[in-house]
Amino acid sequence: MLDIINVSLLLMMIVTALAIARLRSLFAVAMLTGLFSLLAACVFVLLDAVDVAFTEAAVGAGMTTVLFLATLGLTRSREKVTPKDRAIPAMLVAGSCGAVLIYALSGLPEFGAADTPVHQHPITEKYLVTSIDETHIPNTVTTLLASYRGFDTLGEVVVIFTAGMVVLMLLGRCAREREPDQDARAKD
Amino acid sequence: MSDVLGFYPYIAVAILLMIGLYTVMAHSNLVKKLIGLSVFQSAVFLMFISLGRRDGGTAPIAPMEHGHAVVDPAIIYSHPLPHVLILTAIVVGVATTAVGLALVVRINESYRSIEERDALASDRKVDEQLDQAG
Amino acid sequence: MALQHDQVVLRIVTKLLAPLIMVFGLYVQFHGDFGPGGGFQAGVIFASAVILYGLVFGLDAARAVIPPRTLRLLAPLGVLLYAGTGVLTLLLGENFLSYNAIDPAHPAKGQHYGILAVELGVGITVASVMMLLFFAFAGRGKVKA
Repeated sequence: MLDIINVSLLLMMIVTALAIARLRSLFAVAMLTGLFSLLAACVFVLLDAVDVAFTEAAVGAGMTTVLFLATLGLTRSREKVTPKDRAIPAMLVAGSCGAVLIYALSGLPEFGAADTPVHQHPITEKYLVTSIDETHIPNTVTTLLASYRGFDTLGEVVVIFTAGMVVLMLLGRCAREREPDQDARAKD
Repeated sequence: MSDVLGFYPYIAVAILLMIGLYTVMAHSNLVKKLIGLSVFQSAVFLMFISLGRRDGGTAPIAPMEHGHAVVDPAIIYSHPLPHVLILTAIVVGVATTAVGLALVVRINESYRSIEERDALASDRKVDEQLDQAG
Repeated sequence: MALQHDQVVLRIVTKLLAPLIMVFGLYVQFHGDFGPGGGFQAGVIFASAVILYGLVFGLDAARAVIPPRTLRLLAPLGVLLYAGTGVLTLLLGENFLSYNAIDPAHPAKGQHYGILAVELGVGITVASVMMLLFFAFAGRGKVKA
């Protein structure tokens, strides 16, 4: 039953991705990316990753869509017709990459199996049993994120901070003051 | 057939990767390229989460008793580590996408176009003018 | 950016929803130990309340709620809170970010406090960066082609 829901959600994701690749109206594409993220969040819930689903729903369906729409509002919302000369090579490269991937992925252990290296590694015991004894915190994802992999998360926070500062440098008030004629142009 | 059924998330991952890669390469529109990248990214997220999934498992959140989390060996959990990695990757992903979009906005202000071809063509024109002048 | 005055439904629904979203963001932030949630999700949810407010009532109204100047201070503050927790454990004689040192008699309690502090740092940085991103994109004037 779970597999049927999973397969249909994944099929919907693929159809949405195809529509994203085909459509030329970028506003529609931005809304479809929101839908794509929401479907991904549903799949993550079914795959037991509730924290990830939460993040994907908040970030993908909310934040990313707003950012794409804001960019389209600042630029233009219609994609020009791309000449077809790139389509064939792109399809060849994407197709061969996909073929290699499917060949490689078929070497992975079966989906959901318990005897995979991921689940048999001793660290799994440490994360799922010892961490609860050590911290009394039920959500092991939080324990791992903030305590066991604290260095990693510190790095991620610094990356987010840096990205925010870069956007401010590119689009912020300081960047605009150097081009005084732009304010006048924006008003008319 | 049962072989294929056991691998369906991975096949979906490969198809989504292909669509994302195709969008990045075949389109000249810069916003479309970034959207293709985020589709590609989602496929990678999906693959990591699929690897952590275990049949009959549940979300890695332990039950509580008297205000303390307790270990119950009878409960099967999916692996929490991929969840941690992907959780942070999603938020970092939106931050880097924002940097890309900011660059697109600046490119549009300089070239009056968000098409890669137009920008390259106008660069070429400037180069030719400089060559003629020099 | 602001909607026309006749968008009564949107305005009233936004007024009702924005505080609820903020409270939910705080719940996700501080309940992350016990259920799904944590700093990353809470930051984005909290920011989305302000973004919703800005989309409906205009950028200036949103800037009045949280001035960008404050956000530019809060974003590094979150990183500093995170790294500061690590330095605190260093000063208490343990490794960087090993929270056991915060309460050596009860290591589990120390872990609890440490994780709360660190998640709060994550939440502050993520929320302020997300709001700054929105203000940066929405505040930029469109250039006429």
